[in-house]
Amino acid sequence: MLQITTQTNNQNFIRNLKDKVAKYGVTTGGIMVLVALLLIFFYLLYVVQPIFDDVSIDHKLDVAIEQPEKTLALGLDDHVETAFRLTSDNKMEFYQLAGEDSGQAITAFDIDLDSDAVAFAQSMAHLNQYAYVSENNQLLVASPKFKLGFANNKRQITPQIIYPLTEQGIELDSSSQIEKFAFAVNSEAGGVIYQNRDGEINFVRLDAEVNFMTDETEWLQMQAQLPVIQGAVDYLLITADVSRAFVIQNGQLYVFNIRDPENISLVSKSQVVDYKNKITATSLLGGANSIVIADSSGEISQWFEVNGEKGRRFEKIRSFKSSQPQTALYPEYFRRSFVSVDNQGKLGVYYTTSQAELFNGPITQGNIKTLSIAPRADAYILQSNKTIQVFEVHNEHPEVTWSALWNEVWYEGYSEPDYVWQSTSASDDFESKFSLVPITFGTIKAAFYAMLFSVPIALAAAIYTAYFMPAKIRTLVKPTVEIMEALPTVILGFLAGLWLAPLIETHLAALSVLVILLPVSILLVAFVWHNLPQTVRNALPEGWDSIILIPVIVCLSWACISLSPWLNDVMFDGDVRLFITDELGISFDQRNSLVVGIAMGFAVIPTIFSIAEDAVFSVPKHLSQGSLALGASQWQTLVRVVLLTASPGIFSAVMMGLGRAVGETMIVLMATGNTPIMDWSVFQGMRTLSANIAVEMPESEVGSTHYRILFLAAFVLFVFTFVFNTIAEFVRQRLRDKYSSL
Amino acid sequence: MKSWFKSGSPWIWMTAGAVSLSLISVLGLLLMIAWRGLSFFWPADVYEFNLEQGQATHKIIGEVYDREEVSAKRLREAGFTIPQSQGENVERLLVKTGNREFVELDFRWILETDIQSAEKRSGIAVFERSKNGNFYGYVDHVVIDGQRADSAKLDSVIERAVEINEQALDLQNDEIGSINYRLEKIRLEQRALELENELTDEIKAEYQAEIDGLNKSYQSYEKQLFKLRQAADRDAVVVKDMRGELVTIPAAQILDVHFPNDMSVLDKTARFFVQIGKFVSDDPREANTEGGVFPAIFGTVFMVILMAVIVTPFGVIAAIYLHEYAAKNNVTKVIRIAVINLAGVPSIVYGVFGLGFFVYMLGGSIDELFYPEALPNPTFGTPGVIWSALTLAILTLPVVIVSTEEGMSRIPSSLRQGSLALGATKAETLWRIIIPMASPAIMTGLILAVARAAGEVAPLMLVGVVKMAPTLPLDGNFPFIHIDRKFMHLGFHIYDVGFQSPNVEAARPLVYATAFLLVTVIVALNITAIGIRNHLREKYKSLEH
Repeated sequence: MLQITTQTNNQNFIRNLKDKVAKYGVTTGGIMVLVALLLIFFYLLYVVQPIFDDVSIDHKLDVAIEQPEKTLALGLDDHVETAFRLTSDNKMEFYQLAGEDSGQAITAFDIDLDSDAVAFAQSMAHLNQYAYVSENNQLLVASPKFKLGFANNKRQITPQIIYPLTEQGIELDSSSQIEKFAFAVNSEAGGVIYQNRDGEINFVRLDAEVNFMTDETEWLQMQAQLPVIQGAVDYLLITADVSRAFVIQNGQLYVFNIRDPENISLVSKSQVVDYKNKITATSLLGGANSIVIADSSGEISQWFEVNGEKGRRFEKIRSFKSSQPQTALYPEYFRRSFVSVDNQGKLGVYYTTSQAELFNGPITQGNIKTLSIAPRADAYILQSNKTIQVFEVHNEHPEVTWSALWNEVWYEGYSEPDYVWQSTSASDDFESKFSLVPITFGTIKAAFYAMLFSVPIALAAAIYTAYFMPAKIRTLVKPTVEIMEALPTVILGFLAGLWLAPLIETHLAALSVLVILLPVSILLVAFVWHNLPQTVRNALPEGWDSIILIPVIVCLSWACISLSPWLNDVMFDGDVRLFITDELGISFDQRNSLVVGIAMGFAVIPTIFSIAEDAVFSVPKHLSQGSLALGASQWQTLVRVVLLTASPGIFSAVMMGLGRAVGETMIVLMATGNTPIMDWSVFQGMRTLSANIAVEMPESEVGSTHYRILFLAAFVLFVFTFVFNTIAEFVRQRLRDKYSSL
Repeated sequence: MKSWFKSGSPWIWMTAGAVSLSLISVLGLLLMIAWRGLSFFWPADVYEFNLEQGQATHKIIGEVYDREEVSAKRLREAGFTIPQSQGENVERLLVKTGNREFVELDFRWILETDIQSAEKRSGIAVFERSKNGNFYGYVDHVVIDGQRADSAKLDSVIERAVEINEQALDLQNDEIGSINYRLEKIRLEQRALELENELTDEIKAEYQAEIDGLNKSYQSYEKQLFKLRQAADRDAVVVKDMRGELVTIPAAQILDVHFPNDMSVLDKTARFFVQIGKFVSDDPREANTEGGVFPAIFGTVFMVILMAVIVTPFGVIAAIYLHEYAAKNNVTKVIRIAVINLAGVPSIVYGVFGLGFFVYMLGGSIDELFYPEALPNPTFGTPGVIWSALTLAILTLPVVIVSTEEGMSRIPSSLRQGSLALGATKAETLWRIIIPMASPAIMTGLILAVARAAGEVAPLMLVGVVKMAPTLPLDGNFPFIHIDRKFMHLGFHIYDVGFQSPNVEAARPLVYATAFLLVTVIVALNITAIGIRNHLREKYKSLEH
């Protein structure tokens, strides 16, 4: 007996243990699954979030230098492992920034000029070239190079110096000593503009020629005087591709086309600052399409060429205000971003296109003498007072701000602010244009046309199926329509793009006639039916109306399609496409909103139908019976009692349908041209958020702004559909509770 | 009339019209896909057209693919000469002429007014080739080993060539494929040892010996392969094409030949089924525009099975938690609504999540931890079948949860209480009563999930599908199942062939056939699910009373 008890005790213990294990196991498992679903939301947010991060600039290290007063320019290598300095006694010095010896000098190169340097200039940032001009007008261009090597499996960087214009430099043919100059050198061509002591402003075009005997490169010079300008100028600038020269004199900006040295022309002349202000700093932005100008009032303005009413000329696009006059402007290598400094150690970081002031504040003491931005814009090096300081910068996504995503932005080369989505291009100095407006517009447009097509049909069909159809047919009809919901959208998209789109193009006349004739003919059949003798009408059971209509609709459609060439002749003069583009002046895409509307409407019909049908069907029967008993007609009962009661359910059906239409990808991808344009026209395509993700996601670089913006698009879709569906589901649940109490 | 309108009966008719319209479009769509998909396999008659355009006459041999009416006026404007006797419209035919290497386009439109005669002449042969598509023409003679032979030997010649080609392909894929796989494995193993500084000269020599052995057997296989190829090149068929010229087609290029105009209905039916069989079991050719879709079917099925294995336990556990263990309060209610709503979140969002989280984050970490030797080439840090399965598992999780929960809520509470009253623990009730009774509901959820996963394309485009996968995710090389590989998918195949292929016209019938296959599978799965659900409802209805 005792043994049995212990055994059962034992058994009970094991059973209870199992019960506990099951309980905790299932609970943890269940919660984990639910958390995993929540993870989607947070993960999307996690990826998106950095684009809205603030810029941070943190001090990294100091570099001790000798003779700090001799610094002319500073620079950094790609990985911020080495820094370099150019000095007024013609030296290029390198400093270690990473590893154990960080802050130590590594090597220094002498740049051999034939006499003392009298002028110094640096090229546009991404060329990374520095030039001296000697008393004898010898121009010597130097550029740092970082050679990567692997010795003993360890990465090693060896700094070098290269001379793009040969080690001897070139003699410029100037009548007197050169005082100011700007230059740019590429592999085959180069250019210099300079002003000499006599006040002449000359442009020298340099062309490389390889001597076939010695295999050495020789640079041929071609000199021309810049027209129009006289007297001392304030600033000289030249683009990296030697196509434009910028001269600033007394607050005026002169832009010259210098592609052809024999035919230099003035492109634009504009007053860039007020007469009472003076220009304090200027610089070309990355890509060299824009120039930024700071004046003594503390304003920094961006100018670029606009094709306006007065022809092509430089115009002021936007400006930034700061309290102090800025002493220097430093552009980034590629992005349209720049840094400005004033003489009190304050530094401002701006992004022009999104008109964002990303950072503004003191980062060091004293006057910032010179500054340089790392090639990847992830570090700054500057000299203030007597030390060189390196700062680590986090500024990965300056081009994105909430307002730049949703407002009109004036991009370089555009004649006015616009909403543009253009994420990639073949060109290197291309600026990505991320406006979510055109693709959101496309999403709404696609959803709108889909709903326009599907809501009337789906709701009418749902009402009839739920309220008038006998149960026997209903059990067949409902699953048939619902099967549609399971149909892969890739098939609908394929049919829409390859079958429906050409069909609509050739039979547009027939289809528009059909839209009008279809209701008319249904009414006609109904009227004929109504006037048939009672005996014939009784032969058909009630609720079979839709079966009678099937042959009618089929015949009518067939008739319209076969009359289509004739209808096309009558309505569209033979060719739909020609007629619409020429006569109506609307551009016509074969894959247009009409096709998307029908195809996507088709995909949405079962969703709306199914939920709306349930809602109408579950209206308690005694309500409608009571209404009928009180003498209301079927239709009156339907409109006044049934639909009113079911209206929340119908609302939730439409919401669910909208949610599906907004997120649908394959149909829009295949049935439209996917061009991000903003136009309500039925005959034009669109690009939606979802199709945009599908098209661009595989090509976007991980962690780039583009990648994160696509995640943002996904997040927007997620939140949008989730909110809509939640509202719908909530309404539906409340409706269900209400009915169960009735 | 007025009272009739007032009675509302016309509006009722209008709603009836909407039902008819929906039914027509659903059924019409399914029928159209079925018709177009299946007619692809039916051996079409081949016509010989004698055309007269102006003064010139020429002959065209081909299948009629499509016909349409065009307005005569437009054609005249486009520079065609149309006799005035012709009415407003002219019919034109789209003819597939094949013979791609000799004509500019293997599809061309011909006007009915140009056709002098159209004959279904007997003796026209249709060759299916491994290169350049179909060839149409009259068989003139056969060349066997350089000797002219009677055309009666055609079948045996082709049979031999096909057999040898098959052997060559097997050799290439199996023996040579596994040698290449092993060589790559050795390279990675060596690199792994090198990274850990354990690569001694001894091991190196061992590997080198193996490599040498493999290379040796590779060479012998290669010799065999060349021998087979040479053997296949022995014969040729000489065909008179529509230009009247004799064309020699190497037998090695020919896959199949048939004479559609000489076939009886029975022959055609037999061929119809053979063609379907080939479509389902063959590899694609010519940038997916010809041949079969076997890798796509395999990829779809493999991915879906993998997904089902992942989604079932998690979905069921979550449903059990929600229905049996979670407190019945508003929080649970909110969670339930949220889960239902996740089913409505666009699939592309899951794709984005899968790409970012699974592929780059999870896959990237796995690569760093376990496959450093292959870096910078990603092993798991790149789209692949496992990530696709996981992404779709998350996508279909709500479907399984909702369906399972619904099944559990239909089980009468009396059964549960009865079990508890007899002294069973909650776990035992769950295991012995609830789960067995809910199993059809779980099954339904799973089938619906599978149907949804099989048709989903948008997320897969981001997380693992490719247009052409060189290898299947399952093969004879250890560990046999390669879940890191990319795969082909029926839905993506439709998108790719229909929209990205260079010759859309040629590929279109194939796309319809693929679409038909996909629709059949998905509709069948859904009908099964609906059937099970209805059956289940009936069963529990009787239990309640």
